[in-house]
Amino acid sequence: MLALDRRMFVRSVGAVAVLGLAAGRLSGDVAAQAAPVKGPFTLPPLPYDPAALEPHIDATTMGLHHGKHHAAYVNNLNAAIADKPEISSLPLEVLLAKLKDVPESVRTTVRNNAGGHANHSMFWQIMGKPGGPGPEGDLKAALDRDFSSLATLQEQFNTMGGKVFGSGWVFVTVDKGGNLALEARPNQDTPLMDGKRVLIGNDVWEHAYYLKYQNKRADYLKAWWSVVNWTAVGDRYAAATSGKLAI
Amino acid sequence: MTFKLPELPYAYDALQPYMSAETLQFHHDKHHQAYVDNGNKLIVGSGLEGKSIEDICVAAFAGKNAGLVNNIGQHYNHTHFWNWMKPNGGGKTLPGRLERLTDEYGGFDKMRADFLNAGATQFGSGWAWLAIRDGKLEVTKTPNGENPLMHGSQPILGVDVWEHSYYIDYRNARPKYLEAWFDHLVNWEYVDQMMG
Ligand SMILES: [Fe+2]
Ligand SMILES: [Fe+2]
Repeated sequence: MLALDRRMFVRSVGAVAVLGLAAGRLSGDVAAQAAPVKGPFTLPPLPYDPAALEPHIDATTMGLHHGKHHAAYVNNLNAAIADKPEISSLPLEVLLAKLKDVPESVRTTVRNNAGGHANHSMFWQIMGKPGGPGPEGDLKAALDRDFSSLATLQEQFNTMGGKVFGSGWVFVTVDKGGNLALEARPNQDTPLMDGKRVLIGNDVWEHAYYLKYQNKRADYLKAWWSVVNWTAVGDRYAAATSGKLAI
Repeated sequence: MTFKLPELPYAYDALQPYMSAETLQFHHDKHHQAYVDNGNKLIVGSGLEGKSIEDICVAAFAGKNAGLVNNIGQHYNHTHFWNWMKPNGGGKTLPGRLERLTDEYGGFDKMRADFLNAGATQFGSGWAWLAIRDGKLEVTKTPNGENPLMHGSQPILGVDVWEHSYYIDYRNARPKYLEAWFDHLVNWEYVDQMMG
């Protein structure tokens, strides 16, 4: 596949994903080709080849991360809500924003696995082959306004990611006004649990980087920016500011 | 007084094939070293200088000092973790005192199953434990750098379930790591020593 074709492919998948999210169901349309999973939630396919992010993220890590870790979150979530129709019909972002209404017997399981499903679904979508264009248009203006520059955001984001003790994520959130902010969360927690929206997030669980970077999380955080797909992030920014971004 | 990284009590390759030399090199030389270095920095000015590591664990947790809980906690946890393993470890033969407590608990198989389950279900990074509370055996789990001292019981066996403990050797298969660890590596004599 030519580089240009690849980029078009990634871009169109990204756009479809945003539309799917706008309808409140990452499962369903977007994941139609995924291996069959029983339950309302399904594993979305990776929008690129597992080797597409080389050399920054290796194909083995991507295969395990998507096919084992993310798949387990989806399966565990489906299992936890199988006999609970009042919550199994909710869109993922609604479920996450209403955790306190989830029956206590499964609340922690839902928190961890619905969070893991949402975080990883976002994560695959905002990455892509290295060498794509940088932030443009409204997104670039917002980055410059709220962080003074992309370089400053990257520095603050990496520092915050380095300080997460143990497993967790670092995020840039976006509100309907387009305002951006940084926050870190433990394990599979997400700003969606407070009804916020995520523009981007990086996974700092050791499984995200251990095979290639081992204990050197700082090197992973730095390298990760080379695989951020700013076209997909721009689509998410536009969806967020028009109230259509779901997860 | 500052804390120092203890030497591994065996060669890096001594626990193969259940834990690789590569895993032990990163785990001991890099991860444990970082906890020691960060812990030593964080103790300065905390009011806990010169206290025993056990006292620091308890006081840091009570005082909600997350940095010390995690880094000094991890120094305590890893220092014992190296000794909780040995080549040709495991087996079902327990030292006398522990055998009695295990029988009271419900037997070896129940203790093993509960311990493995605690390790498998600790979500994210953390530890699974055997501990003694009020003279009885308990199985428990803690996140990140916490340990049973911080929760009022005496740890006698702990397994690290941070992904750095097993990702090179077992990838995402944490239950396989836990079984191999329990059945082939546990140093029950050291567990007995931890009972005081
Ligand atoms: Fe992950
Ligand atoms: Fe460790």
